[in-house]
Amino acid sequence: MTTALTTDSSARLPGLIRRLTGDEKHAPSAHSTIDVLQVLYDRVLRVTPDTVDDPERDRFLLSKGHGPAAYYAVLAAHGFIPDTWLDDLAGPASRLGHHPDRLLVPGVEIGSGSLGHGFGLAVGTALGLRAQGLTKPRVYLLLGDAELDEGSNHEAIAYAGATGLDSLTAVVVDNASASHGWAGGIASRFTVNGWTADTVDGRDHEALYAALTGHRPRQPHLVVARIGSN
Amino acid sequence: MTDMRTAFIDTTTALLDEDPRTALVLADISASQFAPVGHRHPDRVLNVGIREQLMIGVAGGLALTGLRPIAHSYATFLVDRAYEQIKLDLDHQGVGAVLVSIGASYDGSAEGRTHQSPGDVALFDSLGDGWTVRVPGHPDEVAPLLRTAATTDDPIYLRLSEQSNAEAYPDAARLRVLRRGGTDAPLVVAVGPMLDPTVAATEGMDVTVAYTHTPRPFDTRGLRALVDTDVVLVEPYLAGTSSALVSRALADVPHRLLALGVGQTDLRRYGNPADHARWHGLDADGLRRSISAFLGSVGG
Repeated sequence: MTTALTTDSSARLPGLIRRLTGDEKHAPSAHSTIDVLQVLYDRVLRVTPDTVDDPERDRFLLSKGHGPAAYYAVLAAHGFIPDTWLDDLAGPASRLGHHPDRLLVPGVEIGSGSLGHGFGLAVGTALGLRAQGLTKPRVYLLLGDAELDEGSNHEAIAYAGATGLDSLTAVVVDNASASHGWAGGIASRFTVNGWTADTVDGRDHEALYAALTGHRPRQPHLVVARIGSN
Repeated sequence: MTDMRTAFIDTTTALLDEDPRTALVLADISASQFAPVGHRHPDRVLNVGIREQLMIGVAGGLALTGLRPIAHSYATFLVDRAYEQIKLDLDHQGVGAVLVSIGASYDGSAEGRTHQSPGDVALFDSLGDGWTVRVPGHPDEVAPLLRTAATTDDPIYLRLSEQSNAEAYPDAARLRVLRRGGTDAPLVVAVGPMLDPTVAATEGMDVTVAYTHTPRPFDTRGLRALVDTDVVLVEPYLAGTSSALVSRALADVPHRLLALGVGQTDLRRYGNPADHARWHGLDADGLRRSISAFLGSVGG
């Protein structure tokens, strides 16, 4: 069985992200997903480069495929991909594009980019694991608050809640980028459908860890990770 | 006689009982018919409600975990509506599923355009060459095609219809000659339920009639072996859907092609499927007129 990989990638991430972006000015915090990804891969997900095909592994699905620099950097920090891959982002021979492709990048569970596709795949993955008696793995899904505009998400939110799909944790990184906002809050869209929800400071690693491991039985779990503007 | 939809329900029920890898995803359509098997296998019979995008996304997720998903609805909801999910949640992820539709081009004649999908096969053509497309012409062709599909991980589309031929030809994945014309006789290819009207339309004509229930991959080798100069395609979906394939297959051979099928125009008329067949020129009389005119138009 795989066990939680508790490491600390924070020392390596700034350098790895700079290799991707060539940007010396901005700190890693310019990337809204970096803290969630770091906590997930450092402390929560039971998956390593050796277990990327293990049926018992936890799944992380990046639905919001945009701006994957932080994702690639975290994958490199944990040894899923060589650091050298970061030097030629979206080049003609690169395996790393502006949206990730699961067939090109080890450890990437889904190819994403068109918004609103990860949720259905995550629900299907959770159902497929359950149908095969694989009760240990959890499915983590990362979305953006603007991505929630896509109606396909709401098909999945309602269904996962109604059927109590409790092996699923959705994380919405909320940097208030949805054009029309979410009056009444993002969490309410989920909780009204039977989800549990924690809304936390998306930069606070302890709060994120508690929320990311705060799922309860018989209900899918939502983490809203709020990111203030830099 | 059992219809195609019932054959699909019976065979899928058996597959769910026999093979723990099989999973079924529904969006309410046919849910009541699958309720009994759903009680036996609640984790593998999944009705997501009227949510077709989710249905295909879930199928993709199930396939990612190693199951063999079957997804089912009316063609227009399964394919037209969920097209980007088919493209991205299945194709782009590198996984397959068995998609089984009902309704075809105008089974839902009285329901109107909203329930009709003459363009579904053309949409699969836009996805590249990975998809196998089965268009059975008889209910007895459904079970063997579905069973074969369930044993693979390939992307397979099974297009069922209420229109069907008098006889089944389960082994017609390649072009199967049902009537042999004289030397140099024109070749008429009928797909799925178009066989019987095509045979009736060409009664007394010196043509070779070949049948297939599998337009993708199209049997281009069989086509080249059978063709002299004139080819007539008779397809139960958009006219010309297979024209590009035939042209490519015969690119180095002088040939003439008549592609018959469903017209592109929304007729905005109800009536029954026979009415629509007639309006699209796909009944025996209409086919005969088109084929005769084509064959008579050059020295014939």
